[in-house]
Formats: sequence, structure tokens, C-alpha cells
Amino acid sequence: MANAERVFAALNDPTRRAVLERLRDGPRPVGEIARGLPVTRPAVSQHLKVLKEAGLVDDRSEGTRRIYHIDPKGLGAMRAWLDQFWNSALTAFAAEVERSSKKEDK
Amino acid sequence: MSTQIRPAPVRSSVHVNAAPERAFEVFTSGIGRWWPKSHKIGQADLDRPVIEPQVGGRWYELDVDGSECEIGEVLVWEPPSRLVLIWQLTPEFAYDPNLKTEVEVRFTPDGEGTRVDLEHRDLERMGDKAEAMRETVSGPGGWPALLQLYADEAKI
Repeated sequence: MANAERVFAALNDPTRRAVLERLRDGPRPVGEIARGLPVTRPAVSQHLKVLKEAGLVDDRSEGTRRIYHIDPKGLGAMRAWLDQFWNSALTAFAAEVERSSKKEDK
Repeated sequence: MSTQIRPAPVRSSVHVNAAPERAFEVFTSGIGRWWPKSHKIGQADLDRPVIEPQVGGRWYELDVDGSECEIGEVLVWEPPSRLVLIWQLTPEFAYDPNLKTEVEVRFTPDGEGTRVDLEHRDLERMGDKAEAMRETVSGPGGWPALLQLYADEAKI
């Protein structure tokens, strides 16, 4: 749940959404992402940091540049709590079936 | 955006050592005996969730102080093989009457027991709602477009 909240919070900003849009066609360095956006390059770096913390983008070093790309696991962050919730719920459900069956046998 | 790629549904399966009839019964009328107590909506402590055994039946949370909080409703009621519930909780676990995601549960005979397959789908609607709550004005480049970005995992 914390993950999902972080993802939604990260997306609650038009500039960050614009930054993500710029990465949809492939990895890009910060300078290229910042070009044409109405904010400074340090601001873009800050936005990228938030997106990275939310698991939406990731980066790698290429010489002195940082290349950002969309983190394919970002969707997983959104779904993580549901995944985890249903897994634990079904495990508890199976245990209850087991428990109540045993009780009936007695 | 002509085609919208949807996020994959959340799927989970489990094998239980009981016939489908019994598995279905424990899942529905016995939901209060296995539902995680930590997952609740109301202020008060959770007594148990309740699924009314019919199409259109309510799915709600009963709290220890007697208050009730809606979770969703029953869309398909086909004991002992299939159940579809409408889940109307946001990622923040708040009830939203305009949000409708589906939870389908199938009960299939498997050896001497039952295989239970759960699928929680239409999650992109959850994204729509969550975004809508934070921003009343949505435009191009909004959530649906972004979801498409994330959903297209294979392309990376």
C-alpha cells in the first residue's frame, strides 16, 4: 500500500507526468528530458528523483551522464499491495478450510 | 490514443483440501473466519466482512461497534464454481461508489480437493479514480496514457 501511495503521489504533478511522457519512446539523459520543459534542469533532476523513489523510472551511468528509463516494475509497485493482499488472504482462506474440515471430522 | 493497454490483473491461486461446495461456502459465508483483520475501512475494529448470498447482494464490512462500511457487491453468484464480486475500494482502502473493479473467484475440482483461482481485474479504473481524486482536471498525458506506459512492460 505504501508503494501504491508513493506511485500516485509521484504522479500528482504535471511536470513529472511530462517527464514520464518523454521517456516513453526510450531512455534519455537529463538534459534531453529537460529540453522544452518550463522548468530548470535541477528541478527536472529533482522530479526524476521522486519518480525513481516511486519505482517508476530507473537510471544508469554512461560516462558522466545519467540515462533515465521507465522502470518496467513501476506497474508492479501499483499492484504490489493487491498482490500481497490476495496472496495472504487466500493462504488464510486455505488454512481456514483445513481447520474447519478437521473440526468436522471429529 | 487508439488502443489502451491495460495493466495485468492480479492473480492468485490456492489448492484447498475440500470439495468445491465447501470451499465456496467457506469463501463466502465463512469470509469472516479468514479475512485479514488488518484490512478494514471503518474507524472501529473489524468484526467480519459479509457477502450477501445472491446477485446484487451487498459486500460490506461489519465493525465491532455495529457500524457497516460498503466494500462492493455480488455480480455473479454461481455456487459452487464461480463468484464475481465488485470491489469498490481505492488503493487507500476507501469506498468509492463510482469505482468498480472485479474480483472473480473460480472453484475447480482438483484431485480430491479444489483449486481456487482469484483474479482482480480492471485495475486501470483504480488508477483513473486515484488520479481523479487528486486532480479534477484531467487532460491528455493524464493517467490513461501513463498507465499505458507502465503496462507496456515487455517493450523495455
